[in-house]
Amino acid sequence: MGKPNDLVQGTLDLLILKTLRPEAMHGWAIGKRIQQVSGEVLQVQQGSLYPALHRLEQQGWIKAKWAESETGRQAKFYSLTAAGRGQLEKETANWARLSAAIDLIMGEA
Amino acid sequence: MRWLAQLRMRIEMLFGRGKAAARLDDELRFHLERQIAENLAAGMTAEEARYAAQRTFGNPALVREQARATWGLNWLELLLRDVRYGVRTLRRTPGFSLIAITVMALSIGAATSLFTVVRSVLLRPLPFRDPARLVMVFEHFRDPSSNQEGFSYNSVAPADYYDWRAQTHGFEDMGAWRWARLNLTGEHGELPELINGGGGSWNLFPLLGVHAAIGRTFTESEDHPDGNAVMLTWNLFERRFGGDPSEVGRQIHLEGKPYTVVGVLPKSFAYPDASIQVWVPYASGMPPAVLEHHDFHFSRVVARLRPDVTLASALSQVEAVQYRLHLQYLNAPVAEDVAPRTINDDLARDVKKPLLLLMCAVGCMLLIGCLNVANLLVARGAARQKEVAIRGALGAQRSTLIRAQLTESLLICLAGGVGGVLLSLAATKWMASTWKDLPNAMSIHVDGVVLGFACALVFSAALLAGLLPAISSTGKAAFAALQASSRTTSGNLSRATLRKSLLTVEIAITVVLLIGAGLLLRSFVRLRSADVGCVTDHVLTLDYSLPEKKYDSPEKVNAFNETLLERVRATPGVSAAALGSAVPGAGVGEDDDFTIPEHPPISPGAPLPDALYRTADPGYFSALQIPLLNGHFFSSDDRVGTPKTIIVSRQLARQYFPGENPLGKHLHVASRGDADSEIVGIVADTLFHVGQPAKPTMYVPVLNGENDQGVTLAVRTASDPLAMSVPVQKQIAALDPGLPVSQVQTMQQAIGDSLGNASFSATLVLGFAVLSLVLASVGLYGVLSYLMTQRATELGVRMALGAQRDQVLRLILFDGLRPAILGLVIGSAASAGITQLIRSMLYDTRPLDPAVYVAVTITLLTVATLACMVPAWRASRLDPMQALRME
Repeated sequence: MGKPNDLVQGTLDLLILKTLRPEAMHGWAIGKRIQQVSGEVLQVQQGSLYPALHRLEQQGWIKAKWAESETGRQAKFYSLTAAGRGQLEKETANWARLSAAIDLIMGEA
Repeated sequence: MRWLAQLRMRIEMLFGRGKAAARLDDELRFHLERQIAENLAAGMTAEEARYAAQRTFGNPALVREQARATWGLNWLELLLRDVRYGVRTLRRTPGFSLIAITVMALSIGAATSLFTVVRSVLLRPLPFRDPARLVMVFEHFRDPSSNQEGFSYNSVAPADYYDWRAQTHGFEDMGAWRWARLNLTGEHGELPELINGGGGSWNLFPLLGVHAAIGRTFTESEDHPDGNAVMLTWNLFERRFGGDPSEVGRQIHLEGKPYTVVGVLPKSFAYPDASIQVWVPYASGMPPAVLEHHDFHFSRVVARLRPDVTLASALSQVEAVQYRLHLQYLNAPVAEDVAPRTINDDLARDVKKPLLLLMCAVGCMLLIGCLNVANLLVARGAARQKEVAIRGALGAQRSTLIRAQLTESLLICLAGGVGGVLLSLAATKWMASTWKDLPNAMSIHVDGVVLGFACALVFSAALLAGLLPAISSTGKAAFAALQASSRTTSGNLSRATLRKSLLTVEIAITVVLLIGAGLLLRSFVRLRSADVGCVTDHVLTLDYSLPEKKYDSPEKVNAFNETLLERVRATPGVSAAALGSAVPGAGVGEDDDFTIPEHPPISPGAPLPDALYRTADPGYFSALQIPLLNGHFFSSDDRVGTPKTIIVSRQLARQYFPGENPLGKHLHVASRGDADSEIVGIVADTLFHVGQPAKPTMYVPVLNGENDQGVTLAVRTASDPLAMSVPVQKQIAALDPGLPVSQVQTMQQAIGDSLGNASFSATLVLGFAVLSLVLASVGLYGVLSYLMTQRATELGVRMALGAQRDQVLRLILFDGLRPAILGLVIGSAASAGITQLIRSMLYDTRPLDPAVYVAVTITLLTVATLACMVPAWRASRLDPMQALRME
C-alpha cells in the first residue's frame, strides 16, 4: 500500500474533522461513521486513518483522551480543538468552492 | 493557542516516546478487537473472525510505522537509529572502517589545508575600509613582452601617477607606493640594519582607511623629496624600540639622514607584505628629476572607486590621460593603456596559478578517495545483499535502505573529516612557513569558515561515496537474492562491473595526476640544471649599499669599493672577487632604453631599444667566468672622469648590430647622462632569472661614480663558500663598521630561492599523485580479491576439469589489469588536453613530453600488476575440492 495521494489525504482530513464535529470518537467509530454516512461508498483503510489521526493531533487540530468505550475497554477518543473547529470551517468553505467549480465543469458537458 | 498544543505534543513526543508507542499499539489493538467483535456478530467462527479482521487490517507494522512517521521529531529518532546501526556495522569490520576513514582523513585534510591557504591568499578581504572598491591600476603596453608583470601589467611611472590623479575624476582618490631598501641606524650610526621600506603617497593611508595606532599618518606637506617623516610598522616598533610610545616624535636615521617618527602603524597592517618595516612619504629621498619621469616604472597605484562611477568609466578616463602621455613621449617606454587588477590578485601575483593547480590536484585526490570508499561500500553491499533483501521484504522502503547506507558513508566521512581537520591544522602551519612567496602568510589559520568548508566537504564526500553503492544495492535486482539459492547471483556480476568502472575512473584520474606531477618535476629538474651562463659553484654573494650622505663623492665611493676588492682578493681562501650591481640569476634589477648614435634615428612612435643595465668592476667577468667574445674587459682606468665605455652582451650585439661589428660604436643611455659610451667588449649571455630567456644586457664600469643602486660582492672561494662569509664581512667592517650587509648567501642558494616555489609545488603535486596511486592500487587489490572470492566455485570447477594453475593466474591477472589499462588509456588522453593548462608553468618541457608519459605508464602498470598479483596468486593456489564444497 502506497501513501495516500494529496487529494485523498486532504479530503480524509476534512472528513475526519467533520465527523468529530458533534462529539468525541475513537478511531474505529470514526471509520464506521464515515462509511455509514457516505452510504457505504467511502471505506477508510486503517493504513490511512491512523496516520491521518496522528498527523491531525500533531498539528493541533484535534486532541486525544483515553476513556472508557461503549464495550468497557479503554480507548483513545479524539475531539476537535478550538483551532480544529476553525480549520474545519475553512476547509468546508474550500471544499464547497472546489466542488461547485467541479460541478460547473461537469454540468457543462 | 494552537502552537501551545503543538509544543505540548512536541515535548510529549520527545520524552514520552516509549509510552506513546505503547499507546499506539493499544489503539490499534482496540481497532482489531472491534473488527473481530463485528465479524463474530456477523456469524463467523472465532478463528474466521480473527483472520478476516487481520486481512482487513493489513500490515500492522506498516500502519504503526506510518502513524509514527507523523509524530514530531520522528526524523531525529530515525537518524539516531541509523547512526546506531551504522556504528555497529562499522565496528564489526574494523579493518574496512580504518582504511576508509584514513583515506577520507588524508583527502579531506589536504583539501582543507589548501583551502585555508587559498582563502587567506586569494579570497580574504584585506583589513581596509570597503576593500571591494579598491583597485590597483597598472600601465599596460600593447606589446605583451614589454610588460614587466605577467605580460599584462607594468609598474607605474611617478609622473604618470601624478597626472592620473590630477586629471581624472572617476576615483575618489589614487595613492601610490614604491619599494625602498633603507639603511636604518641609530643617531650615531650605531646598530646598522638594512631593512625593507615602503614609500607611500601622503593620501595612501587615508585612502586605504588605515589609521595610525599611535601618532598620525603623513601630511601632504611631508610628501616631497626632502620630506623627513617616517612611520614605523608595529613589528619594528616592538622589536627595535621596545614598544615605547614616546618614540613618536623622536628621530631615527635612514640612509644617514634624520627622520622624525610621526606614527606607528597598527599590528594588523602588513601590506604589501610583512617584510616592510618602515614607511616614508612617496617622494621622500627621491631625486626630483625622477619624479618628473614618465618612463621610470617603479610604483604601484591603488585607487578607490567612487560609489557612483563604474570601474570601466573611471578607467577610461585614466586611459585617455595615459594615451595622451604616450603620444607625447613617443620614443620613451610610456605605455599606451592602463589595466586594473584587484588588490588580492596583485598580492598573490606569483602564487595564484600554483595554488589553483594544487587545488585541482587535491580535488582529484579527494575524488579518488570518495571513489575508493564507494568501491569498498559496493563490495560490502554484496556481502549484505540478503540482509537488504530481507529488510525490503519486511516493508522497509527503498529510501529507508538508502538512508541507512548513506548514514554509514556519512559516519566514515565524519570520522575522516575530524581526522582531516586535525591533520590540516598541522599541515597548514607547515605550508605557510615553507612556501616563501605566499603573501599574507601571517594571517593563514584555520577558522570558522574553513571548518564550514570542511563540513561541506564531509557531506558532499559522504553523498558521493554513499549514493552510488546505496542505489545499486537496493534496486529491484537486490530482491533476487531471496529467490536465488546459490551464492553467485547475477546481481553480483553487475556489481562487479560497477566496481570495475569506478576503478577505471580512479585510475584515469591517477594517471592525470601522475602525468601532471611528472611534467612539473621534469621542468623543475630542467630549471635546476639550467646554465645561468657563469660559475655558480663555490661563490659567496652579499649586498651592501653605501649611504649617500657619508659617501657623497664618486671618489669616496670608488675608494671604498677598490680597497674592499683589494682586501678581499688578498684574503686567504679567496680565489677571485667580483663587484657589480647584480650577479646573473638575481632578477631584472634595472633596465634602461638606449639609442645608437651611429644608426639612423628611431622613427617616432617606435619603442626605443631596451636592455638590462649592470655595473661591473674590471675583474667582474673573469671572476664569474663570463667569457669575453670580442674586444676587452674594463680596466681600472675606466672610471669617473674618463671617456665612458660600455660592454654589451652577445644578444644585444646580435639584436641591435645585426651584420656589423659593434666594437667602437656607441650607446647613448639618456637616463645616465648626455655622453655616449663606446662599446669596448662583447661578452657571452647570462640569464637574469632562471627559467626566463636571456635579455640584452649592457655593462658599465662600477667605478664610473654612480652610487644610486646597491652593489653585490661575489667571492669565489676554494672551499665552502659560507665559511668565508665571516672573514669577508670582517674586511667590510674594518673599512666601515657602520655599513650593513645583507643577503649573505651562496650563489646557488640565491638561484635556488627563485626555484624554491617550483620545487614546492612539484613536490606537493607529486605527493598527491603518489597518494592517489596508493589509493588506486588498494582499490584494484580490493576489487580483485572480491571478484576472486565470488568466482571461487567457478575456478574450482575449472581446475577440477583440468585448468592449470598458471592459466588461472593469468585469467585473474588480466581481469584485474583490464580496468587498469583502460584507465591508463583514458587518463593519458585526458592528460594530453589538461596539461596544456599548465604549459606556462613548465620550463623547457613540452606538455606532451614522451619520457613522462612512458615513465607514468611503466609505474602504473608495475603497481597495478603488483596489486593484482596477490589475489591472482591466491586464486591459483585454490584447492578445487574446497572451493567446490563452499557452495
